[in-house]
Amino acid sequence: MSDIKERIRKICPSAVFEDGEILFVEVSEPEWYGFAKALRDDLKFDLLSAVVGMDWKDSLGVVYYLTSTSRNWEMIVVKVAVADRENPMIHSVSDLWHVANFQEREVFDFYGIKFINHPDMRRFFLRNDWVGYPLRKDYDANPEINPIRLTDEINEDDSVSYVEDKDGKVKAVKKNVFEKEDYVVNIGPQHPSTHGVMRFRAAVDGETVKKVDVVSGYIHRGIEKLSEGMTYPQILHFTDRMDYMSAHQNRHCLCMCIEKALGLEVPRRAQVIRVMMDELMRISSHLLSFGCTAMDLGATTAFFYGFREREMVLDIFEKTCGARMSMNYNVIGGVIADLHPDFQKDVKALIEIMPSRLKEYHKVFTGNVIAQNRMRNVGMLSKEDAVNYAITGPSGRGSNWSCDCRKKHPYSIYAELDFNEVLEDGCDSFARYMVRMREIEESCKILAQLVDQIPDGPIRAQVPKLIKLPEGRWYQQVEASRGVFGVYIESDGQKNPYRVHFQSPCFNLVGVMDLTCQGYMIADLITIGAALDFVIPDIDR
Amino acid sequence: MDVKIKSMKREDFKDNEYIDKLVEELNATGANVVVGKLDQLINWGRANSLWPLCFGTSCCAIEFMCLGAARYDMARFGFEVARNSPRQADYIMVQGTIVHRMAPVLRRLYEQLAEPKYVIAAGGCAVSGGPFKNSYCVLPGVDKILPVDVYIPGCPPRPEAMFYGLMQLQRKIKVQRFFGGANRKEKIQEFFAQHPEEKDKY
Ligand code: SF4
Repeated sequence: MSDIKERIRKICPSAVFEDGEILFVEVSEPEWYGFAKALRDDLKFDLLSAVVGMDWKDSLGVVYYLTSTSRNWEMIVVKVAVADRENPMIHSVSDLWHVANFQEREVFDFYGIKFINHPDMRRFFLRNDWVGYPLRKDYDANPEINPIRLTDEINEDDSVSYVEDKDGKVKAVKKNVFEKEDYVVNIGPQHPSTHGVMRFRAAVDGETVKKVDVVSGYIHRGIEKLSEGMTYPQILHFTDRMDYMSAHQNRHCLCMCIEKALGLEVPRRAQVIRVMMDELMRISSHLLSFGCTAMDLGATTAFFYGFREREMVLDIFEKTCGARMSMNYNVIGGVIADLHPDFQKDVKALIEIMPSRLKEYHKVFTGNVIAQNRMRNVGMLSKEDAVNYAITGPSGRGSNWSCDCRKKHPYSIYAELDFNEVLEDGCDSFARYMVRMREIEESCKILAQLVDQIPDGPIRAQVPKLIKLPEGRWYQQVEASRGVFGVYIESDGQKNPYRVHFQSPCFNLVGVMDLTCQGYMIADLITIGAALDFVIPDIDR
Repeated sequence: MDVKIKSMKREDFKDNEYIDKLVEELNATGANVVVGKLDQLINWGRANSLWPLCFGTSCCAIEFMCLGAARYDMARFGFEVARNSPRQADYIMVQGTIVHRMAPVLRRLYEQLAEPKYVIAAGGCAVSGGPFKNSYCVLPGVDKILPVDVYIPGCPPRPEAMFYGLMQLQRKIKVQRFFGGANRKEKIQEFFAQHPEEKDKY
């Protein structure tokens, strides 16, 4: 770490350091772009893990979390702030890390920070006639300013880009989303095969996709802003409702982040239970994904098969947590209730049955010639692109990129467990699909190791009645069902957080739709989306 | 007149008074024998082949998918023909949070449904905004923009709860007059007059 510090000093002498769990650097805005380039090229921080917009009242800014995949997944935090509230501008890094493209649009939407040289500075989540920037601390939430409008939004075909010329002057340049003669097909927002309310506008040439414009925000619920007004135990339940197919993992992540800040030790029993629940959740998620992918391709039987086993997992959840979905099981310091007496028996029954059921799935769907033709060599995504777009989870591993957070930043008890990171080198939809199927086996393996090893003891640590985090910032990552899920908390010592940011894997997944769909048939857009397997409320939050 | 749902007893339902009131209203205007019988026949058919327009925006929609799978099997009730086009559906099942950006889309889809049409609000979010009620961009219940017939609370409602709600809708349909005095349409227009397109505030 000190070595890095030295090298950073050389690159950017004015950088300010702050000690913390991760090396923290603050750079001034004019130096930021050059510094970012050096970070990527010289210091090999090739993965942009999180982009968090911030309002510190006296300044607006962005906090970037960068990871170096080649150097043992070491992380660094960079803060860039500008004092101007009227017309805040920061240089875009979307040309260095493509994942920043949508991330910066999100920051613009929430904070009104304009990114210089960003190719397409439109709002991302909110209606384009929205007034104000909701995550600013001085945002006026008066419903009269932004009433529920029942008039249709005008499609935005123009965009704007703030381009800097040679003398450093910034000029707004009008951009077109599509070219004039493009034929644009609208898909969604209410479309059965987009797995939720996502809207794509695809420019097609005949049947071939030329460009996909993602229009998001049809389920943007404003979770991050809501969290700022709530106490820590109160914000927990939001995580179950973002990616509801990773409810346990997401909540585990938020709990770990708060526990880290509090310096809380979680009892062993709770840790084991948490990990088992995480893996059960992963199985249920992959089963749902299998069923939906199959159904998108017209294989209704496979859908029934997938849901049949998923019900087994849901039964396990229901017995212990009291609900089939939105379990609200993890709490700060442990879990909320002890295991149901049937838990071990049920889990054993599930692990026993899964191998034969997986065989059945492969028989009914995987080997099918239609499934093969529709998925093989479709939606290619190279490993380099996967890193650059921060496509983690099964989709990243389908491009042969080893990115499993359980291995790279082992948390809870994952370091002790024996399981393999599943990798496929097909780089296509089929590879992503296969990673999921094989991950079910690995999850079963983890469950088998733990099911008879659940230690006795308390299920929850002692936590103070009123939870207040000390001042500071924390970032925690877990491997959710769809990739690396991150939670950023900044606290000013109050009982509610100053800022919470959820870095969702699906947000990045949808960012790659344009790239993966280009050159394929319009019908493939559906399969590619299904194989990437994004959950929309996780994108929109 | 008794409103029957196969295998369900009257006591199994709550809100019986509501149905009783509807029956009373129906009888008050004096049902014609022939038309009344025809009504019953048609309503029997309508109630047992309710085709939903699935408007699932988030978590609740996954539970609705479970309804379609083998364990809960909504085909038993005639709900299984989930449509994706409003033109072919009888009712719109709103499952999930509705946000500002979505509101006009939902309203448009409702308007595209063919008469007679119904709305079910499934889940806390659709009923009242649920956990996100205080958010800057969440609609505090779909009844702000649509006339809702049945509310199904829960977060998400269990599949059984969804069935219960759907059966309540069946009961409601069974006591409606299909011929002649159908006054649903006026009610919808009334609702729309009270909730015009360009609403400034709630
Ligand atoms: S009611 Fe609960 S489960 Fe349903 S959409 Fe809202 S948050 Fe999700």
